[in-house]
Amino acid sequence: MYVIKHKNFFLGVIGALMLGALLLTFLWKPNFSIEFTGGSLIEGVYTETRPPVDTINTYIPVDKYGAFKLQPVGEKGLVVRLRTLSQDEHGQVIGLLSDGTNIFTETNNSTIGPSIGRELRSKAILAIAFVLILIIIFVAYAFRSAGRVVSSWKFGISVIICLIHDIFVPTGIFVILSHYFIGYEIDPLFVTALLAILGYSVADTIVVFDRIRENIRMGSSKETFENLVGRSLSETYVRSINTSLTTVLASLAIFFFGGEATKHFALMLAIGITAGTYSSILLASPLLVLISGKKTN
Amino acid sequence: MLFNMAKKRITAVLLLLLGVGLGYLVYSTQAPGSKWNFKLGLDLRGGSQLIYKADVSKIVLGEVNNSLDALRDVIERRVNLFGVTEPNVQTQTANVGVVGTEHRLLVELPGVTDINAAIALIGQTPTLEFKTERDPGERDLILKQIEDIKKKQEEGKDVSAEIANIKDPYYVDTELTGRFLSRSSVEFSQTGQPYVSLQFNDEGAKLFAEITKANIGKTVAIYLDGQPISQPTVQGEITGGQAQITGGFTPLEAKQLAGRLNSGALPIPIELIATNKIGATLGEGAFDKGVKAATIGYAIMAIFLILWYRLPGFVAALALAFYSVIVLVIFKSFGVTLTAAGIAGFILSLGMAVDANVLIFERMKEEKKRGKLPSAALEEGFARAWTSIRDANISSFITAVILFWFGTSLIKGFALVWMIGIGASIISAVFITKRFMRAIYS
Repeated sequence: MYVIKHKNFFLGVIGALMLGALLLTFLWKPNFSIEFTGGSLIEGVYTETRPPVDTINTYIPVDKYGAFKLQPVGEKGLVVRLRTLSQDEHGQVIGLLSDGTNIFTETNNSTIGPSIGRELRSKAILAIAFVLILIIIFVAYAFRSAGRVVSSWKFGISVIICLIHDIFVPTGIFVILSHYFIGYEIDPLFVTALLAILGYSVADTIVVFDRIRENIRMGSSKETFENLVGRSLSETYVRSINTSLTTVLASLAIFFFGGEATKHFALMLAIGITAGTYSSILLASPLLVLISGKKTN
Repeated sequence: MLFNMAKKRITAVLLLLLGVGLGYLVYSTQAPGSKWNFKLGLDLRGGSQLIYKADVSKIVLGEVNNSLDALRDVIERRVNLFGVTEPNVQTQTANVGVVGTEHRLLVELPGVTDINAAIALIGQTPTLEFKTERDPGERDLILKQIEDIKKKQEEGKDVSAEIANIKDPYYVDTELTGRFLSRSSVEFSQTGQPYVSLQFNDEGAKLFAEITKANIGKTVAIYLDGQPISQPTVQGEITGGQAQITGGFTPLEAKQLAGRLNSGALPIPIELIATNKIGATLGEGAFDKGVKAATIGYAIMAIFLILWYRLPGFVAALALAFYSVIVLVIFKSFGVTLTAAGIAGFILSLGMAVDANVLIFERMKEEKKRGKLPSAALEEGFARAWTSIRDANISSFITAVILFWFGTSLIKGFALVWMIGIGASIISAVFITKRFMRAIYS
């Protein structure tokens, strides 16, 4: 199998990709939504064309309401992000935003106290860690019958590294998008997308590994592990791609035709699942051969 | 043999009819005013969401859950008083990222966009307190302090700190509060004057008996929302746990007061820590867009399946339609709340539900290549593909459960849809697809 033969090349490229995503994330520090940071968000529209952002900037005294950020939306819309406001302060800010007869009307607002932000931040990290740990344990358990050739923990470790790749790639692309476009923030839906990618991407890796497990059970002892993995991969990569393809199609349908609120979410999923598909072929199996400790050709 | 095949075909036709019937049911119950309409989440309908932190520091450890339930009940009654349709009031516990354990109350009010009115409504705590006369010595001392402060004030000094420390000169707090009230009602005296009659629970009755016994001949003041409204003189010990508030009410005032007291004082102090107002414009059309995306998504997948797998692909497309109907029926019959994320989750689950079919069909192809007859390849394909279907779905399910734990109420919708989807997809693949395929290939 081509992929297994050139495994060092593929592992190298994918490793570089992961490193790139990681570096970008730390360099360009994406914005977090107020659900994570705590704070107030006011969304609304002006009755006429929105005044220039620089003008609106002067309406809200920083010393009283703290630093804030404005984000124009369309012709008339505006989103304002501030520290956590009390109900009174919130009312005052709405009043300040109006520009003479050009009245600002609020459509949405949310205020998140710092404790909720802290909780969600911790929970997001814990949830991702839990998923990774539980999947590693589950895979190690489910593949215990393959253990007589290669420790089933190595199956688990390959799956996890693969999954880490699958969330690094969409995160990296998200960071690039958030660097160049307004409105990309790390919010609960983003974390949901990452978790959904984790839970789903593991499926097509399992399809390949399931075949390795079966071939170990059926196969002759003469075949090297490397060849066995290569054979399993060539027997299953079509279905691995096809299962993901349908889900990518579904994500794209959400992206193009679904509601506004889930557009970024669908994009992340499409990218993550695509990453999950090539990684289960180009990363998981070569990695398994590499860490199996078996002689390679 | 022939009979056997006929039986399989009849089963398949019956299944098909069942699917069409259920599909019609989903479609026909989606009408204005129908109680089987999809339940839409706050983000799709617009409304307000409030999160309160409950201060349980003064509650005995074992009593915390009971008090929180009582708190939820009281708030639920108040919200219902407001006439909100389908409000959602639930308690939540946060252990992660906060010091110790934080107890919270989540209030979701669909359709209420005036968040300040909602906050006022929930915060409207009728605090009912019973107070006894202060010792005359102490009283005079406090009155003198007040005189002193007044003088200082006249001299133009800042006395705000001192004012904050002044106690009520005439009355002292007792343990008896509205917490111990079991019921209140409006009654009329012989002269036709309305009064509010109070009935305490056992504990309250005991306290009231103690207070009245110790204060015979003196007054006991009844304070509502920090204001004295009635100061009856105690004639003798009252043991039955009954008291009256005669405050010169009009019949309407008396009725309102009794109503407010019945709706209850909050058993625990609460603090607002998050508000979220979602305008209906954001959600407007999101449901219809979701329906459109689902339809288009389904069509693209069906085309792909038929082009790639031909006849089995057509069967898979049928099974997928069956899957959608099963999931939608579950949504309707269990009243699953659909959020924007939940709708996306459903569309996504279409793509995932196909997976099992793809795995089975690929396996069948393989078995056929090895020279098996179609019917044997079919059974073998199902049996062999099962381990990978099972393991893949278990790991997805683990993730969905954790996601449910992580999520805010809007995200939980996604996790729930995912879990339902995993269950329904297994049923549709190993049960529905199998029956259809057997009818064709045996």
